[in-house]
Amino acid sequence: MTQLTFARAINAGLRKSLENDSKVVLLGEDIGTLGGVFRVTDGLQKDFGTHRVVDTPLAESAIVGTAVGLAYRGYRPVVEIQFDGFIYPAFDQIVSQVAKLHYRTRGAVKMPITIRVPFGGGIGSPEHHSESPEAYFTHTSGLRVVTVANPQDAYTVIQQAIACDDPVLYFEPKRRYHDKGEVDESVDPASALPMDKARVLTDGSDVTLVAYGPLVKTAVDAASAAADEGISIEVIDLRSLAPVDYDAVVASVRKTGRLVVTHEAGQSGGLGAEVAASITERCFYHLEAAPVRVTGFDIPYPYSKLEMHHLPGLDRILDGVDRALGRPNSLSGLEG
Amino acid sequence: MSTDETGHGGAQTPGSAGNPGGPGQEFLQLITPAGERISHPEFDFWVRDITDEQLCSLFEDMTVIRRIDVEATALQRQGELALWPPLLGQEAAQVGSGRSLRADDFVFSSYRENGVAYCRGVDLTDLLRVWRGNASGGWDPYSINMATPQIIIGAQTLHATGYAMGIQNDGADAVAVTYFGDGATSEGDVNEAMVFAASFQAPVVFFCTNNHWAISEPVRLQSHIQLADRATGFGIPSLRVDGNDVLAVMAATRLALDRARRGGGPTFIEAVTYRMGPHTTADDPTRYRDANELEDWAAKDPISRLAGLLDRKGLLTPELQQQVKDKADSVASEMRRGCTTMPEPQPLDVFKHVYSTPNSWLERQQDHYARYLASFGDPAGAVSEEGAR
Repeated sequence: MTQLTFARAINAGLRKSLENDSKVVLLGEDIGTLGGVFRVTDGLQKDFGTHRVVDTPLAESAIVGTAVGLAYRGYRPVVEIQFDGFIYPAFDQIVSQVAKLHYRTRGAVKMPITIRVPFGGGIGSPEHHSESPEAYFTHTSGLRVVTVANPQDAYTVIQQAIACDDPVLYFEPKRRYHDKGEVDESVDPASALPMDKARVLTDGSDVTLVAYGPLVKTAVDAASAAADEGISIEVIDLRSLAPVDYDAVVASVRKTGRLVVTHEAGQSGGLGAEVAASITERCFYHLEAAPVRVTGFDIPYPYSKLEMHHLPGLDRILDGVDRALGRPNSLSGLEG
Repeated sequence: MSTDETGHGGAQTPGSAGNPGGPGQEFLQLITPAGERISHPEFDFWVRDITDEQLCSLFEDMTVIRRIDVEATALQRQGELALWPPLLGQEAAQVGSGRSLRADDFVFSSYRENGVAYCRGVDLTDLLRVWRGNASGGWDPYSINMATPQIIIGAQTLHATGYAMGIQNDGADAVAVTYFGDGATSEGDVNEAMVFAASFQAPVVFFCTNNHWAISEPVRLQSHIQLADRATGFGIPSLRVDGNDVLAVMAATRLALDRARRGGGPTFIEAVTYRMGPHTTADDPTRYRDANELEDWAAKDPISRLAGLLDRKGLLTPELQQQVKDKADSVASEMRRGCTTMPEPQPLDVFKHVYSTPNSWLERQQDHYARYLASFGDPAGAVSEEGAR
């Protein structure tokens, strides 16, 4: 076991994949000599060469579109989108090509493409650098969408994503890049918890709190604070956003009878709405209260001096827990 | 030619970019509209091995493809196909390039390259699968080394460039060839593809079919310069050829393929031709196109041009004409039979191939829909449920 940051853990996972499969190639802006703007690919070009770790011209649609061609040729491309807000020029290639080519060719062509996206806010960046665009992609059939919340997962899930024959969007919580954690590099990704399974992080009996990516840490902190008040929260790290491991969430909500979902992305049409609706359908008679969402607002990502108001913090999450429990909360007295 | 690389013997092509025939001639031509073979100091080299027999074979291909087009249009009018994109008038561009490729080259085309697909050896039932609405893709791309038709304009040029980068990594000498229209040259993807192809010197041929119309929008709306000249801005040598002249197209394509195979990087070919028919069978070109324009282009017809050349050579015998007609008739009838006897897709087929590994969301939806279908006691539903699993 070693202590690694998120960024180093992903780097180690990429290195393993490059070593184990000669068909793995990395593509992206500044990923070579610079090692990426977050240094996630640091040293990989030096060790694997410019044909395995490719610095590309600045064109996101082309980065993804050429990955499609490489996949046609039998490669397993891993592309880096430098920042979440830069993924939109590649949107067509991702949703119309990457996602659909397996279906379009009736299974003849596989698209084992991994698209790495540093996402989320909290690092004081200008606009286009702090977005949470995951719902655009969870809405697109043919894609798998995952995110990681600790360095061990960062290490294993990136390898699982690369080994997967389906295209995977791998969202990296950029404000956690420098957080450290234990990583066992001897873990075999094939026998580790599959990337499409959720994980229960804290056992609880009063409320199920679903989080993913950067907010998992906040959710665990909230559960710890709530425990001091005698409230028992079961935190679920969703890990996979498409498909969501509903069986895990259902099992928890059947136990607790209450659901809170939290994410940084705006509320409308977000993953929280999807989880709330699906759990309501499947657990209606087990629910003691309506599911609650604690999310970012439906606004463009705000300037950095106000971003803490947009991002759900520990106290807003606990306020949501109070709503689910029918305890006094910021919305007490409001109808509807 | 727009650069000094000509692909053989260091020969230089006179004229400036996009003007390979020299002053006064706007594109490379080896056969006049009247069917007269004209010689060219450089490009004759690339078709010097074409025998009389091969000329007859090209004539057969073009005739068969035109017959496929007529038959498919008829099938659409009879309600057997939902839609068809005709290629009438573009036979020389598709055959001249398609017949220049090697089996291990890989084609990424738009939806109008049915003639190229024929040259690649596509199964004719597969050719119609998409247009009948039975599947979203026609064939296994690896069976004929040609991707299934791309609908999003220009998206395939990036796929070809990426594939070519893969060829380069593999140390192979195959080439990726991408077909797109004049309208596509305005798309970002095509421009990004040229940036990547030039930067990495990828073995890719950009085959731009300038058929003058992007549905109702004329090529002059897309570009104020000749399309071939656009490529030079990316550092990609380009050729402008008479797209109704099968030999000129062949010469240009062979040069481009040879350059790519020898590590010379990408080439852009603008084949100047004309879409004689509508954009698709759902289009009405009389709303936007002058009938005189159609007449002018009919006089440059690619098939009658080659027939003219064969006639001058004494090859256009009644026997050849009968043989070609028989072949076209038999292909058309085989295609019609394949179309009308194509098995209907089953309801639960919609869930197939979305993912290559199980997906819990989709399995649940499929399971629920199968139960719904079974609730009607419909044996077809029960069979399809089994079929999809």
